[in-house]
Amino acid sequence: MTDDPLAADTGPDLIGAVQEALGRVLDPELDEPITELGFVASCTVDRATGRVEVHLRLPTFFCAPNFAWLMVADAREAVAAVPGVEAVEVVLGGHFAGDEINGGVADGRGFVEAFPGLAEAELDELRAQFRRKAVLAATDRVCRPLLRSGWTPPGLALLTLGDAPPSPEKARLIARRRDLDLSAGPDAPLVIDPATGDAVERSAVARHLQQARLSRVSTETNGELCRSLLAERYPVLHINRRAG
Amino acid sequence: MYEKDGESYFVVDGHIHFWDASEANWVPGAERYAKGWIECFKAYNGLGPPETQWDFEHFQKYSVDDALGDLFERGHIDVAILQPTYLTEWYTEGFNTTERNAQLVAAAPDRFILNTRWDPREGDEGMRAFEEKVARYGCKGVKLYTAEWRQGSRGWSLRDPEAFRFLERCLELGIKNVHLHKGPTIWPLDKDAFDVSDVDQAATEFGDLNFIVDHVGLPRLEDFCFIAVQEPNVYAGLSVVTGGLMHARPNYFAKVMGELLFFVGEDRMLFGSDYAIWEPQWQVERFVDWNFPASDEFADYAPLTTAGKKKILGLNAARLYGLDVPAQCQLEAAQPTAGS
Repeated sequence: MTDDPLAADTGPDLIGAVQEALGRVLDPELDEPITELGFVASCTVDRATGRVEVHLRLPTFFCAPNFAWLMVADAREAVAAVPGVEAVEVVLGGHFAGDEINGGVADGRGFVEAFPGLAEAELDELRAQFRRKAVLAATDRVCRPLLRSGWTPPGLALLTLGDAPPSPEKARLIARRRDLDLSAGPDAPLVIDPATGDAVERSAVARHLQQARLSRVSTETNGELCRSLLAERYPVLHINRRAG
Repeated sequence: MYEKDGESYFVVDGHIHFWDASEANWVPGAERYAKGWIECFKAYNGLGPPETQWDFEHFQKYSVDDALGDLFERGHIDVAILQPTYLTEWYTEGFNTTERNAQLVAAAPDRFILNTRWDPREGDEGMRAFEEKVARYGCKGVKLYTAEWRQGSRGWSLRDPEAFRFLERCLELGIKNVHLHKGPTIWPLDKDAFDVSDVDQAATEFGDLNFIVDHVGLPRLEDFCFIAVQEPNVYAGLSVVTGGLMHARPNYFAKVMGELLFFVGEDRMLFGSDYAIWEPQWQVERFVDWNFPASDEFADYAPLTTAGKKKILGLNAARLYGLDVPAQCQLEAAQPTAGS
């Protein structure tokens, strides 16, 4: 992104802050930052005016419009919150519903209003549904190494978050639980049902972890397919990846 | 039939197409959708081995002779199941209709199973058209694409009461096999379009029908497995799993196979190449050679045996569609196929 010609003569601090903000925007379906997925095609920062223009791209022309909407809206919100940014334009290109999404998000309209007759509700429940999947997948990432080191599934029911050794995977689990307002402190149980927030009972942990592994395989496979398709669609992807 | 290391495999390709996405077939005013659709398919084609990738023009439209060669001369396929995808809002003559697929069947009638489709939004008129196709072509299965656009509607659900009317008619007409494909748009757009939970209720209500979920519900493998565990008449269609992952992402191919073998089992998994997105030859050959990688990551998954590969590659589909399997391709008495 920094080798973008328009960004070259702007202040490094603002560029860095904008990039950091975009790095916190997740694909809600894949539970990964849009920057790491290669979805940020370009980001232009004009230091003189505080104007930022972000171009997003997705793996296919027909990617689900609801998730696409959330990424455009979240990118806009994240960049707008950066001190020094005066105006933000987020443009999703190469998407069948790009006009509805770009216009709807820019005008501060809701999803229902942007797709008249085609949607019944805003996207909060959809987002929550995928956050619950993300908690499951994150649970597998933290628990799988513990099982390898000799813990049994019922034994994991005795552990708290604080008992699990520090790791990026654990930080991710804590963050995802916080997103859903679930217990996330060191005294909270390690294995919980993301739908209820309750600790999973000893006898049910083995089955719960099978589901958690399946959720993780499903989400990660989806992410790998998306990466593959994006690279097919935009073969110059590596240029942006190096820059971003 | 495919032979390797003294073993004979009866191969049923559970998922193939004979499409026309050439520009001459694009609906005026809908060109961006017609182009977007086939470009999306082409990107998937790029996930196969480089030597199997086609140039775009050929990929848009291929001939009967191309298909016969790719499937039967080089592809090791004994019987191929044609799954239609209409998309008549974008393609003037349709993308891959029952009628167009019938051209392929005419060239080798013994080698194909011709499935048709219905759409509950088409009401009585659609019902008559469905009945007519079944009568004309003797169809034994249907392929349903819930995300198809129609007159401003962006899709339908198997939960719709109208859909149940069509499922009842399937039973009456002797259609046993219902293939389902989820796509990115379905009404309402605020819901997860890839959610396969509507299959659950239909599978419970219609216990005499088999529901084959194409692409194993990807990108919702977990939702699919959740249903398949509970419903014995739900099957995993492996197209895209083999074509899209076996070459491009082999570790994820292994993980998805491991989960499917654990939750669904080798008796309810069906090979499909998704031709012409990918040619079957490399998929069949590599699948027969395949084993879990020797790494701790895969240690929890039970191995797939030769008998399991035979079931997945053809014997399971032969059972669903009542196909005769040559004696040398059948399992020995010690390896019975469940449900037979």
